[in-house]
Amino acid sequence: MFKIIHAEFLAPDIKLFQIHSPKIAKKRKAGQFVIIRVDEHGERIPLTIADSDAVKGTVTIIVQGIGKTTKQLNEKNTGEFISDIVGPLGKPSEIENYGNVVVIGGGVGTAIAYPTAVALKKAGNHVISIIGARNKELVILEKEMDETSNEVFVTTDDGSYGMHGFVTDKLTQLINEGRKIDFVLAIGPIPMMKRVSEVTKPHGIKTVVSLNPIMVDGTGMCGGCRATVDDKTVFVCVDGPEFDAHKVDFENLTLRNRAYLTQEKSSLEKFIANHEEAFKSGSIEECKIEHGPRY
Amino acid sequence: MEKLSNKEKMKIPRQKMPEQEPLIRNMNFSEVNLGFTPELAQQEALRCLECKTQNCIEGCPVRVQIRDFISLVAVGDFLGAARKIKEDNLLPAICGRVCPQEEQCEVVCVTGKKGDPVAIGRLERFVADYERVNVGFVKPELKPRNGRKVAIIGSGPAGLSCAGDLIQMGYEVTVFEALHELGGVLIYGIPEFRLPKEIVKYEIDNLAKLGVEFITNAVIGRTDTIDELFEDGYDAVFAATGAGLPYFMNIPGENLIGVYSANEFLTRINLMKAYRFPDYDSPMIDVKGKNVAVIGGGNTAMDAVRTAKRLGAINAYIIYRRSEKEMPARIEEIHHAKEEGIEFRLLENPIEFIGDEFGWLKQAKIQKMELGEPDSSGRRRPVPIKGSEYLLDIDLVVIAVGNGSNPLISQTTPDLQVNKWGNIIADEKGATSKEGVFAGGDIVTGGATVILAMGAGRSAANAIDEYIKKKFEIPTEAAN
Repeated sequence: MFKIIHAEFLAPDIKLFQIHSPKIAKKRKAGQFVIIRVDEHGERIPLTIADSDAVKGTVTIIVQGIGKTTKQLNEKNTGEFISDIVGPLGKPSEIENYGNVVVIGGGVGTAIAYPTAVALKKAGNHVISIIGARNKELVILEKEMDETSNEVFVTTDDGSYGMHGFVTDKLTQLINEGRKIDFVLAIGPIPMMKRVSEVTKPHGIKTVVSLNPIMVDGTGMCGGCRATVDDKTVFVCVDGPEFDAHKVDFENLTLRNRAYLTQEKSSLEKFIANHEEAFKSGSIEECKIEHGPRY
Repeated sequence: MEKLSNKEKMKIPRQKMPEQEPLIRNMNFSEVNLGFTPELAQQEALRCLECKTQNCIEGCPVRVQIRDFISLVAVGDFLGAARKIKEDNLLPAICGRVCPQEEQCEVVCVTGKKGDPVAIGRLERFVADYERVNVGFVKPELKPRNGRKVAIIGSGPAGLSCAGDLIQMGYEVTVFEALHELGGVLIYGIPEFRLPKEIVKYEIDNLAKLGVEFITNAVIGRTDTIDELFEDGYDAVFAATGAGLPYFMNIPGENLIGVYSANEFLTRINLMKAYRFPDYDSPMIDVKGKNVAVIGGGNTAMDAVRTAKRLGAINAYIIYRRSEKEMPARIEEIHHAKEEGIEFRLLENPIEFIGDEFGWLKQAKIQKMELGEPDSSGRRRPVPIKGSEYLLDIDLVVIAVGNGSNPLISQTTPDLQVNKWGNIIADEKGATSKEGVFAGGDIVTGGATVILAMGAGRSAANAIDEYIKKKFEIPTEAAN
């Protein structure tokens, strides 16, 4: 069992956890991930490490409650436990002094991009960050990104904050303004990463994305996370998770991530039904949910 | 009891293993074999000729004193028989279930020369189960602690047997496991219907009671490296990480939804309990009323195809490119699979998987094969028959054509030599190119059997004992 040292909502349905795991905290490098299991009946899900504190021995993950497991995790509070956390898994980001880099985080992808932005800044790059979200409420880590970047831009789909539009609109604008861009890191939903890749490709800008396939063990044992990169099969858990965006087969990744849609839907419905029952019977208190999961 | 003559003994038929009915068991995950009753066990034990030259011991990778334990079964001293086995094998309930006895102890049994060999495996299983159910854990003698620490990487059969031996020799033993549950392939690979997980857990609990420390969620090569284990004060390391990198076939369509490695399919079902979804969270594609094909002819393929049938597949096929004679699976597994309604499509091989516009597997293009000249393995080489291709409707396919070695340890331990397949190079005792590091089981041999891995664990335990005593000048007597 692993203790949650601190938990807080950063935005509706997006929660930050610091989990006690001193070895991972000491070892992890930017770009690596952990696999967690919430309880004894839980599935194993990969989550990229957003930060760590080697002194406190904690690993920070930022979780968006989308399916059953992430919603269940987001109900956990400071002082509670999760069954398992293992890592650090995957290869660390390749950090170089490229010159001018653009770090793009879409939604909760900002949390994943953050540690690599820190490492890129430390390596001497001029870091331009673009944070994208559906609306103002869902913008996360703006302050942290600001501290580690030379320039920060925010885009929202509805225009409620920052530039009205998508991250790719901002990126295109920078390119059109003639800004010299040597490297782009884009992390977020697959359609966003695909779009970024399409924008940078004609300009020959090296672009890296972090893939998020379905995983089981995370150590190369099952091959469930395989993706097609440069027409070859890779195991994202050990060969990645970061890859050259211009070589990734995003279609295949999108399709494979839909393998369990039916089951995911029924699992979530069951969870919500049980949750409402527990809520009515008083075994879950309202205050525990903060401004979190809303069904 | 009056002693039977050899002639009388030979007249007793080999006792059959009571089993669940095929058409009932192919719908549940409970164990297929039900085990001998005490009467059946005694009757079977009477068949042993109690030879002076014990061929059976030579056939056993861990040299269980087979004749002696069977004699105890014959006189009804089942607990004495259990103690006798455990002098050489700490995990008889597991070995009695999954060892290929027909290729090891039973193939050399003298009774088998004129008739059927003594059912050594079934007796081993009976004795182990009898002790577990009637007495529970019996703590064996442990030598005094010698203050030396050994790290074991992997809690599969090689790791467990090495841990069991070293703890008895007086070492402090820590086993590191990458997954959240202990047991390695015994837990994630071999299905419940062949090896109940409760038995694996029981045996591991017993090792914990002897003082073995188990740490789950520890991926050596990531969470710690081998060098860091030495820095943490371990005097020797045994790498028993198994064959954990699934081979695919490199044919078109392999990344369609519905194409699984055997490791993933079995791990989802056995470790993650996807067959109990949604009570357990990990899902599996619903195969009720669907067509499932498993590619391969080994024990893993049989486990996967029988699992698919239990999940409700209407057609569950084995597709194997050679003939049944060349199949590496145990005869018992092939027999059980056939009884359960598995269809064997022999001398066939998929050359392409075909999906729909949503990326879901729908069909496989299958090529028929014929057998040519023997290849390097001594088995006749399968040769494609030109123009024989046909389409087979398939909703889910499991690739069970073997495993390579996981690179996480070799990548992070540059001074540890591996061969071109990534297997750690070790001598017959398990010593590797790196001082203090020993290796055994599938990570050395490539995919093999549970008992061979256990034998390797035992050899390594002896080699580690020798190495540490020499290095730290521990007199053998003082360690005793």
